[in-house]
Amino acid sequence: MESPRYTVTSTPHIRSSNSIDKTMRLVLLALSPAAVMGVFFFGVRALLIIVISVASAVLFEAGYQKLTRRPVTVTDGSAIVTGLLLAMILPPALPLWMPIVGAFAAIVLVKQLFGGLGHNFINPALAGRAIIMAAYALPMTTAFIAPRIGVDTITSATPLLLLESGDFYPQASDFVALLIGNVGGSIGETAAIAILAGGIFLLATKVITWHIPVSFIVSAGVMMVFDPGGFSGVLAAYHLLAGGLLLGAFFMATDYPTSPVTPMGKIIFGAGCGVITMVIRLYGGYPEGVGYAILLMNLTVPLIDRYVRPRILGARKGGAK
Amino acid sequence: MMKALVRFKKGILDENPIFSQAIALCPVLAVTTSIVNGIGLGLATLAVLMASSLVVCFIRKWIPPQVRIPCFIVISATFTTVVRLLMEAFFPALNEALGIFIPLIVVNCLILARMESFASRNGPLTVAFDSLGMGLGFTLSLSLIGFVREMMGFGTVFGVVVIPEVIPRNTLMILPPGGFLVLALLIVGFRFIRKRGA
Repeated sequence: MESPRYTVTSTPHIRSSNSIDKTMRLVLLALSPAAVMGVFFFGVRALLIIVISVASAVLFEAGYQKLTRRPVTVTDGSAIVTGLLLAMILPPALPLWMPIVGAFAAIVLVKQLFGGLGHNFINPALAGRAIIMAAYALPMTTAFIAPRIGVDTITSATPLLLLESGDFYPQASDFVALLIGNVGGSIGETAAIAILAGGIFLLATKVITWHIPVSFIVSAGVMMVFDPGGFSGVLAAYHLLAGGLLLGAFFMATDYPTSPVTPMGKIIFGAGCGVITMVIRLYGGYPEGVGYAILLMNLTVPLIDRYVRPRILGARKGGAK
Repeated sequence: MMKALVRFKKGILDENPIFSQAIALCPVLAVTTSIVNGIGLGLATLAVLMASSLVVCFIRKWIPPQVRIPCFIVISATFTTVVRLLMEAFFPALNEALGIFIPLIVVNCLILARMESFASRNGPLTVAFDSLGMGLGFTLSLSLIGFVREMMGFGTVFGVVVIPEVIPRNTLMILPPGGFLVLALLIVGFRFIRKRGA
């Protein structure tokens, strides 16, 4: 008998330094510019909503895990990310207790009851927003305020409401406002440049891949061909930068448990999100459709994953013979 | 007698139609937007359940097993018609609110299940207490769901305002998803308390 020339160990053979904590820290870092811009433009009120939302998300997670005698995992930061994302898609003048309702729905109903981190079948933050929307539609649609330049808290139309009104054609100054976030809207969705910077940071650190954001944004742009008012490149660009499209494409559609695994699946998923978003925006009753588009596509993820399953190396088409 | 009382208790607690067996959920989710609706549909179902179970119990020897389900349906349809006409005459507003779900008591699966699995195999006393327990369990569950949804959705109990107007109403509770959420959370609560007690 010869002695073996190689050592035998069990899988996995390739390790990475990735961990949940690290990923969550990177996402928080990537989200912070947009959140800071939101607080800058909408004032203390926006900061309060962010603080309440994050705090209640963390408390609900810890409380539920305590109550069910499971290990408390709030230090992994996932509840903080969910709370922050929820706050960023809420209107800044919302009554301050409503984020607590949303955080309860997001953390307890959607995440923990289905098994905790990695087992939620839809995006918790978006589900939280959808539940507040269904419960308290009036404040959710009217609590948008103008960014403070001089005067504080004037109710203001969001860019998407302007688009919905029909007789609006954006000028260069409108695009500048949209890029830096000097427009009405949810707390963290207005500053396009800050969101893009965060998104590129996530791509650079390989937290997300390009497939979902790119197919989301491209398909939404292509859908502008079906604009009832006729195609206009300027309006298309405005649509892509306005509302929650960028925030959704980079930070919400890419959530791991609720998006497909394979590159092809991700492209189908992103394209579906883009198409549904624009159908809602152009033809639907709501001015914004990103949230519902992502939630709907979340539900199709198991199906997508099933049909784009890669062939096992060596297996024949049509299954093993 | 002892067995009959055990059946009565089981219908309300151990084998509660909604919180334990989770049957007949369609009318439950559809009508429980107020406590009055819940009690109304619950009592109507209780009346049909009790009358048809007793009839099935008395004539069970003569029902051919091959066609027992059509026989059960005819029996429950008879009593549902009686109940519907009575409600139309004496409680027109409630009848309007419950709408199609009163005629649909005919095919309520709680009633069919009790006739099929219990009334056709037991004596009249046990059957009477069993259907009373099941019917009351059903009514209490519906009233509880209706109470929660009415209070959170409209801020009222039996139509009387109990939550000050300044607090916005939670319209989700009136919508179908609210019905599912309240039902699920009440089942959790029910099981939690039962487990504690055991």
